[in-house]
Order: sequence, then structure tokens, then C-alpha cells
Amino acid sequence: MNAHSKPDLRELSYAEAIREAMDIALTNDPSVILMGEDIGVYGGAFQVTGDLVDKHGTDRVMDTPISELGGAGVAVGAALTGLKPIFEFQFSDFAALAMEQIVNQAAKVRYMLGGSVSVPLVMRFPAGSGTGAAAQHSQSIEAWLGHVPGLKVVQPSTPEDAKGLLLAALEDPDPVMIFEHKILYKMKGHVPEGHYTTPIGKAAIRRDGKDVSIVATSLMVHKAMQAAEQLEADGIDAEVIDLRTVRPMDRDTVLSSVRKTGRMICVYEGVKTLGVGAEISAMVAESDAFDYLDAPIIRLGGAECPIPYNPELEKAAVPQMPDILAAARDVVKGRV
Amino acid sequence: MPDTIQDTNLPYAIRAYSPERLREALKKMYLVRKFEEGAEDSYMRGLIHGTMHLSIGQEASSIGSTMALTDEDKITSTHRGHGHCVGKGADLSKMFAEFFGKESGYCRGRGGSMHIADPSKGNLGANGIVGGGLPIAVGAALSAKRLGTGAVTVCFFGDGANNEGAFHEALNMAAVWKLPVVFVCENNKYGMSTSTERSTAVKNIAERAAAYNMPGVTVDGNDFSAVTEAVDAAVERARNGEGPSLVENLTYRWRGHSKSDRNRYRTKEEINEWMGRDPIPAMAKLLMDHQIVTEDDVAAIEAEANQIIADAIEFATQGEDPKMDEVTRDVYTPESAA
Ligand SMILES: Cc1ncc(C[n+]2csc(CCOP(=O)(O)OP(=O)(O)O)c2C)c(N)n1
Ligand SMILES: [Mg+2]
Repeated sequence: MNAHSKPDLRELSYAEAIREAMDIALTNDPSVILMGEDIGVYGGAFQVTGDLVDKHGTDRVMDTPISELGGAGVAVGAALTGLKPIFEFQFSDFAALAMEQIVNQAAKVRYMLGGSVSVPLVMRFPAGSGTGAAAQHSQSIEAWLGHVPGLKVVQPSTPEDAKGLLLAALEDPDPVMIFEHKILYKMKGHVPEGHYTTPIGKAAIRRDGKDVSIVATSLMVHKAMQAAEQLEADGIDAEVIDLRTVRPMDRDTVLSSVRKTGRMICVYEGVKTLGVGAEISAMVAESDAFDYLDAPIIRLGGAECPIPYNPELEKAAVPQMPDILAAARDVVKGRV
Repeated sequence: MPDTIQDTNLPYAIRAYSPERLREALKKMYLVRKFEEGAEDSYMRGLIHGTMHLSIGQEASSIGSTMALTDEDKITSTHRGHGHCVGKGADLSKMFAEFFGKESGYCRGRGGSMHIADPSKGNLGANGIVGGGLPIAVGAALSAKRLGTGAVTVCFFGDGANNEGAFHEALNMAAVWKLPVVFVCENNKYGMSTSTERSTAVKNIAERAAAYNMPGVTVDGNDFSAVTEAVDAAVERARNGEGPSLVENLTYRWRGHSKSDRNRYRTKEEINEWMGRDPIPAMAKLLMDHQIVTEDDVAAIEAEANQIIADAIEFATQGEDPKMDEVTRDVYTPESAA
């Protein structure tokens, strides 16, 4: 997979881009520490931290015991009192063990204390299906956390954004949750050198089009881009929007796209019902953009089940490129 | 269970179990080993997607810890659970079929290696969540006590899992409510790359038992007889209504944590040293020393295990794939079954 590469620009993988961002942060800011399971000598379950421990030492690249609740809470406490932890969950699914500290503490403490403190905490979550790891290692739970005021939730889909959003998260005074798709870790793309940030709360238009707006997140952005290419042959000109941030959602970019195209498909890997697509759809339905719709909105989301092990079943449980193709054809040809 | 011979100079397992059961135990140890070698081979040949956690080197712990259990007794297992399955009497063909993602597998291809279960034999399942099985085991013991079934639950977990809150909460409740559960820690020195020295405030996990007012013992987990002696005593205590115990089996996994492991956190010397303490030949020797088997018998048992695995792989290969339109089946119980 390759993210719209330009030939003479430097390329990194998504994992390398995240590592570079953490390296820059550790180098520039002594208050930054990394915490997580097996992020030191092992290099992280997905080799994202890699050899950072060799450069920055075990005091700053800390292997925690297998203690998600406690580890996350230690990160919250450290963030409250002067450190800037970047906490890696080994799989996003294990956030379930730490929900107390994320949801009841990190997200709420500033508000509960009347604005007298901040929690400058970054959490990283390897997410998504496609690895054959089954129901407890494959979920897309961004909507769970997106439901919580006090948290910001981002889903980079390119190496460039993976680095830029992480560096932006570190500058943010509030807790930022970063969902990284496991299948994207090896994807290469252009990554600018040095320090830069990608704005949190801003979607990106990956492809201009006039017939249908495909609003996608994470890995689905790439499937939507592939679908858009094929749709060209049918004479369908699709606009692809990479949402990038789930909370706060970029209303303006989505609404103006829908005003232009009059049709919208939301594509996301999390379970369809009560997921990210419900919020995008409601945003349109509650605004003037609704008047511009020429067809019903279509949501393509994960099936209403845990992620199964069998590889073909696993594919059947999340939207695939042909599903996007079919939905776009239907919606443009007035078949829905 | 513990029956025949009284001579206390004999190793416990020899005193406690019939020759037939001991031969069966040796066969099960071979089955675990060969299952995992077969699984590894299938993985290398690209027949399996996903990952797997091999327990090669830990067979005395899994098989020894399940010797005293009947089909009414329960176990909860871990991500490294193939041995526990075999110990609890699983059908190797259905295990392989699950590994291959087939409809004929234990979980109809939905679970894979990390979720093999056989509730009909009291195996409540492997678990993808470290520590996930600990409170569930306590719940199974609560059922046994309330319903008066007499069943005991053996709860397997790793050294790494002892640092999850679930471990501490589970042990405390089991002790407060005096439940029939045996916590079996398979301490293989590492939770993934993190050694117990770097992650755990006590030297032996069994020391944690004191905090929950239950007996805790540490044994050589590669010594089948030592494992059965400790676990059987704990099972008996549980059966007699005397409450929970913690048994720590010191052992070692020969392979990496999973398929992505570069083994950068441990030395070749350490791995080699433990490979020299292979629990399977040690078990064979124990049985030969006490005239329970001959060398030829051991070779025959190994050959039999090889054949079972070959047949299991054949069964799994022939199996049908799940139907794609059944992807959302079994999320809820159908009304007819409720
Ligand atoms: C809650 C949770 N955290 C982390 C993991 C990832 N993980 C799977 S196995 C493992 C190591 C477990 O170590 P231990 O309990 O000692 O069992 P072993 O693998 O050594 O058999 C880790 C960190 C997980 N599956 N679940
Ligand atoms: Mg371990």
C-alpha cells in the first residue's frame, strides 16, 4: 500500500513516522516519557517504539507490568503533575481494562475541578481487524471514546498525519487518544522532516469530486480511494474525505462537501450501529446540508458482531472496497 | 483418583495414579508437543493466519495440573492454552479444525487458537485477555458451591497476569467466600519480553497467596510428579470445602512469545539450559524407572501421538469453511433456546 506517493520526497512507513514523532518529542522535551507493555527491548508488539529505548533509556521508555488500569492511571497522575506521558496500549481492545482511568479520571478531572488542572496525556491504540487475531484483538472502539466529552480522538490514515497528529497531540493540553490501524503500520508515504503538526479537528479532502461524498476513517480512507478510482470508469466522480478526527468532528468540511455533491456515504470499520457514521449522518441531517441531499445517506460500518477468526468471515465483518463501489453506484444512480 | 500404592519413598505421581493413567498422561504430553509442532509447521507453510502462542516446554504443568479433574470440574485457560485443552480431554481434530478456521472446529472457526473451549468437558476456554479468566474461574467456583455440584475449578494464568488488578480481586473474593478454586500460575519467567524481576515486586508469585490468606506453593513445573502433588492437594482442599489455593509451576517456554518475537530479552544460554530440562523425557524416565513403561512403550506412545496429530490435520484440512452469511450468527441466543 502506498499513500499517494510523490517520487522524490522522503518516504517512511506509518510506524516509522510515529516513531520519528516520539523521538523528536523525547529529544526536545524532557517531560515526555513513553509507557507501555513491551515497548522497550521488544520494540512494541507492532515495532512502533522500535529501538527508542536504546537512545532514550529505560527511564523514559518504560516497560510497564501487564497492568492496563494501573498503567493508564499512573500516566494520568503523571500528566497532572508535570510529565507528558505517551501511553501505548498493546492492542486498542485492552483499553477496556483501563476505561476507569480514561473515562472517569482523565476525561473529567479538569471539568470536575472547575478548570484548575489539565491532563496533557497522549494514548496510542493499535486498532482494527485484518490480522486474524479474532474478537479480543481486532476491535475498532474509537466511537466508545468519542462519546466522552473531555477526550479528543484522532485516527490518522497516512504516515504524514500519523506523525503530525502525534506531535499536535503532545502540544494539546488535554488528553488525546490516537487510534492507529494495525494494517497501516507498514504503509509507506511521504513524511516531512523535523517537527510539524497536523491540526486536530480538521478533516482532509483526499480527492475532489462532485457526485458523491465518501466520508471515511482510517484504513477505510484507502479503500474509498481505490473505489473512487474505479468509479471514474463508470463516470462517477467521488469526493473522498478523510475524517482524521472523530472528536471534535470537522463539521465544515463534511457539510460543504455534501452541499456540493448532494450524496453521502460514511465508511468506518467500527460496528455500524451507534458508530462514527451515525454522528456524521446526524450532523448532515441537522443542518442546511440536508436540503442538498438528492439521495438517502448510506452508512457502511462493521457488522453487528465481534470480529471472527476465519479470514473470510473476518473480511465479511468489515466494509470492503466492493461494498463502497456498490454503494456509490446505487446512490448516484438513484437506486436507494 | 489418588488410590493404590502407600510406599512414601515413591514419587507422588507413581503412588497416586494407576499405570494406565500415567501412560495416558505421557501420551497427552506428547500430544500437546506434537499439536504445537504441527501448528507451527502449518503456520510456516502459510496455512494459518493470525498468531499463536506455543507452550512447548510447559507440558508437565498443563497435563499435571489437570490430572485430578473430572469432566464435571472446570478450567479457565489462557492465550497459551493448548496444553490445558488436551489436559481436559479435548479432541485434537476439533482443535486443529479451529486453528484452521473451520466450521468443524471447537468454535466453528470463530475463535481460533486463542479461544479454544469445550464447555461440555468443563473447559471454559482460552482467553485473549491476560487475566481475563481469573474472575471467571471464581464465578465458576461460586456456581459449584451454590449449586452443590462438588466441582472444582482450576484457573490457569501466567506470571504476567499476576500484575493485573483482576488477579488480586479474584483471589480476594475466592478467599473471602471460601470457594473451590485452584489458581495455577504457570511462571515461565516472562510476560512477553518482561521478566518477573522487572515487573513483579515479589520473587515468587506464590508469595502473593499470603495477602489473600490462602496456601501458596512453588514447585518445579517441569516435574510432572511435583506438579500433580501440589495441584492434587489443592484440588482436594477445594473439594473438601476448605477454600482456594495458589500453586506456582516454574517452567519455561522454548519458543518466542508469539510468531513476532525476536527473543531480544533473553539469552541463548538461558533457552538452551531450559531446553535441557525437557519435561517429556523426564516423564518418560520417571515411568521407566518405576517399570510402568519400557523404552519400546515410550516409542509406541510417541508414534501413537504422531498418528493422532496426522489424522487431526487431515480432518481439519478436509473441513468446511463457515458460511459467509452466518457472520452475525451466535451474537445472541436465539429465542427458541432461551
Ligand atoms: C489485558 C491484556 N494485556 C496485554 C495482552 C497482550 N499479551 C498477551 S500475552 C502477554 C504476556 C502474558 O504473560 P504471562 O501472563 O506471563 O503468560 P505467558 O505468555 O508467559 O504464557 C501479553 C502482554 C493481552 N492479551 N491482554
Ligand atoms: Mg509468562
